[in-house]
Amino acid sequence: MAAAHLPSEAEIRRLAERIFKLSEADETEVQIDFTSDALTRFANNTIHQNVAERMLSVSVRTVFDRCTARATTNKTDEESLRRVVAASATLARSRPRNPDLLPMSGPQKYPRVERFFPATAAASPEDRAAPSPRVVTITARTGQTAAGIFSTGAMQSALANSRGLSAHYRQTRAEFSISVLEENSSGWAKANSPDIADIAPDALAESASQKAIASRAPRELAPGHYTVILEPAAALDVVGFLFYDFSATAVRDQRSCLTERLGKQVMGQNITLWDDVCHPLQLGAPFDGEGLPRQKVLLVERGVPRNLVYSRAAAKKMNVQATGHGLSLPNEWGEAPMNLVFGGGTASLQEMISSTDSGILVTRLWYIREVDPYEKILTGMTRDGTFLVEGGRVVAGVRNFRFNQSVLEMLSNVEMLGPAVRASGEEAFEMVVPAMKVRGFHFTEVTKF
Amino acid sequence: MQDWANWALETARVRGATYADARVMDLRQRDLSTKNGEVGTLAETESLGIGVRVVAEGAWGFASTDRLTREGVQACAAQAVAIARASALAKRHEVVLAPEQAYVDTWQNPYIKDPFRIPLERQLDLLLAADAEMRQVAGVTLTETSMQFRRIEQLFASSIGSLIHQVKMQSGCGIAATSFAANEIQKRTYPNSFGGQHMLQGYELVESLDLAGHAQRVGEEAVALHKATQCPEGVRTILLDGGQLGLQVHESVGHPIELDRVLGMEANFAGMSFLTLDKLRTLRYGSDIVNVVADARLAHGPGLGTFGYDDEGVPAQCTDIIKEGLFTGYLSNRETAAAIGESRSNGTMRTESWNRLPIIRMTNVSLLPGTWALDDLIADTDDAILMETNRSWSIDDRRYHFQFSTEIGWEIRGGKKIRMLKNPSYSGITTEFWNSCDAICSRQHWTLWGTPNCGKGQPMQTMGTGHGAAPARFRNIKVGVAFSK
Repeated sequence: MAAAHLPSEAEIRRLAERIFKLSEADETEVQIDFTSDALTRFANNTIHQNVAERMLSVSVRTVFDRCTARATTNKTDEESLRRVVAASATLARSRPRNPDLLPMSGPQKYPRVERFFPATAAASPEDRAAPSPRVVTITARTGQTAAGIFSTGAMQSALANSRGLSAHYRQTRAEFSISVLEENSSGWAKANSPDIADIAPDALAESASQKAIASRAPRELAPGHYTVILEPAAALDVVGFLFYDFSATAVRDQRSCLTERLGKQVMGQNITLWDDVCHPLQLGAPFDGEGLPRQKVLLVERGVPRNLVYSRAAAKKMNVQATGHGLSLPNEWGEAPMNLVFGGGTASLQEMISSTDSGILVTRLWYIREVDPYEKILTGMTRDGTFLVEGGRVVAGVRNFRFNQSVLEMLSNVEMLGPAVRASGEEAFEMVVPAMKVRGFHFTEVTKF
Repeated sequence: MQDWANWALETARVRGATYADARVMDLRQRDLSTKNGEVGTLAETESLGIGVRVVAEGAWGFASTDRLTREGVQACAAQAVAIARASALAKRHEVVLAPEQAYVDTWQNPYIKDPFRIPLERQLDLLLAADAEMRQVAGVTLTETSMQFRRIEQLFASSIGSLIHQVKMQSGCGIAATSFAANEIQKRTYPNSFGGQHMLQGYELVESLDLAGHAQRVGEEAVALHKATQCPEGVRTILLDGGQLGLQVHESVGHPIELDRVLGMEANFAGMSFLTLDKLRTLRYGSDIVNVVADARLAHGPGLGTFGYDDEGVPAQCTDIIKEGLFTGYLSNRETAAAIGESRSNGTMRTESWNRLPIIRMTNVSLLPGTWALDDLIADTDDAILMETNRSWSIDDRRYHFQFSTEIGWEIRGGKKIRMLKNPSYSGITTEFWNSCDAICSRQHWTLWGTPNCGKGQPMQTMGTGHGAAPARFRNIKVGVAFSK
């Protein structure tokens, strides 16, 4: 897992050049991705899975007379490269001509982001295994059982085309997640960062352990509308379902909840949202699937959706500038913002609790699915630490609820916001999201634990 | 392929592994889609690599690579052993595997037409024809169609002497019409939602489904839903079509019976299960007419969970999961079978690709057919809601409480479908739901549905699973909660 295992930028460029020489297309684009990941998984207080993978992907898009298609391989011998170029050409020539297909972009300038940490890339199996006995020591003090993962990895991605565009990006990633189980309660914590030094397994284990203790012998409450305090992971997994709604293609296709709602007050005035790949808490390449630089876009201003993101094709159809959020071509989805950043507030979690006479504190949500795409009603469950708040303090654990809640309505009912942090859940990709105190959140049923 | 596997096994042995297996997998996939009469995705992907799993010092290690030189494969196997030794630093007990014999065999699912040999133009023409039919319906605002084909060739070799070569050919297709009007989005799909129907078959599956022949109805129903009555809220009798019931089986039977989940190995992500070990052969899971099997054999049908051998070299089997309502079996692998004292794995270890560790996955977890003709069942039902084609699904992390919604519903009164209902949903507790089943339709109405997108594991793996189901009736079910105010 050493950093030296990543191919150099020059090696990747040479690979792309080999492909350009093999192609007879009008235009040729090469996307090369290399990943080297490892993950140590523990459960029942012991390591039970421990894996590593190394993977290369070489993806070729060719264009013949406004017909385009893509073929991908993980082999780089001459015969395989010749075959992947030929497969792309055969596919492209099989499809009807698309008069709206734009020529590929030429060279671009990209903002510089530094998200590669050699210590993360070099993490060994021993490094990932080391926290496991410490975590077990923390949880075993009170007879708890721990399960979780510690993963590290490095990736690099390059995009080049026959018109001279050349983009390159690399990043590392470390992630630790833990569930702590008791007979009738559980707790959870998770963090990820490009820098393994930011990950504090012992502190995360301590937090999850305390949640499991605090939620012992959970009470069953009746379903209804409650004031809820959503910790950042819980808030993320709800608001994360909005991301594709900001796609111009989704609005044009009339499948976005923002169809006919741009410029209208559909959320509270305390909600502001950007897409910003350069935000210091964000990850990801500063270029999109078409090779354009990702621009910072103000999506929601004080509760009013102001802007969408645009691929080159969508921008042309809607007579605006592309924003650098296009997906790899060809596709029917268009574009999506991948680096959402919410404007936060100043309230601490403790202040949210202290100011609540009666409410529910939610650690995490689970199995969220869309029930109604236009009202943006989502359903899902609370999980791993759901608490009753009374008189400004946490008084007990409660059995897990099912919710059916419109995201737009929820974001109209936010009473307090915490500082925006890099939040990590299991339903949405990571975003920069604050904890939220929300009135009238709709819990519709209760489960048995 | 065999050289690569042998290099891996030999390196693992020399490095001190007490058990090793290697999977070489060669994957090929084709994806086609259209939207609003234009071709969208048009792509082919191939991927070849090896995954090596070992036990060393009593602990597991796994590594994978696409560097298929002798040096690359040996380095991968050595890394797997090194990882196992790191795992051993925190082990509490030695890995113990249920016994299994060695097999040397080849297996391939039968199919008639290789989808990769069908001209692309013909495949696109079929999709575009269905797309055009849907767009002819006034009020349809978005049309989508898709096809997906997958060929999986794999060689499994293990240190106990197994050498198993398998080839699986998988096909799938579907269409969708969406209608936006009056601040409401309604959608209908065929033959199922979220990509349609997928089976272990060739292109003959696509031809048999007649996408264009169903396109107009799909479009018309999407538009008609805007004017339909909202599904009421209350406790009602419901009838579920086979597609929806297949997903109900998947979520409320298939996942809770995974023994790794029961034993806590998935606690951090996928969750655990209410089916604790004390419930085996004691729990009344469903009513007497409920019979569920996990059957990976070809005799069950060409499902996405059909194979010759699982990914740790155990032959395909049929396991009774629910027998006349009684809970009778889990999905196991060699390690978990040994952990609960079973004499043998029932063969459910599956991996998404060469770069992923095999884990316990559903095979074909199917509700066996009953005796009713669908028309007779409807005629026998006085007051109910028939719900068709899944729209959303959610269940808690121990698989007790679920909620589903479907694309369309029909009110049944006096034995007849009398009107369309929009936004149907139902919810409940797993065992209460299955115990409320009082009628299941016959094999004539039974389809082996394919779920191509089941997610599980860390790192996440997506797997195709099969679920046979025929329409069935359930009493005293909560409906309409999803849209309650």
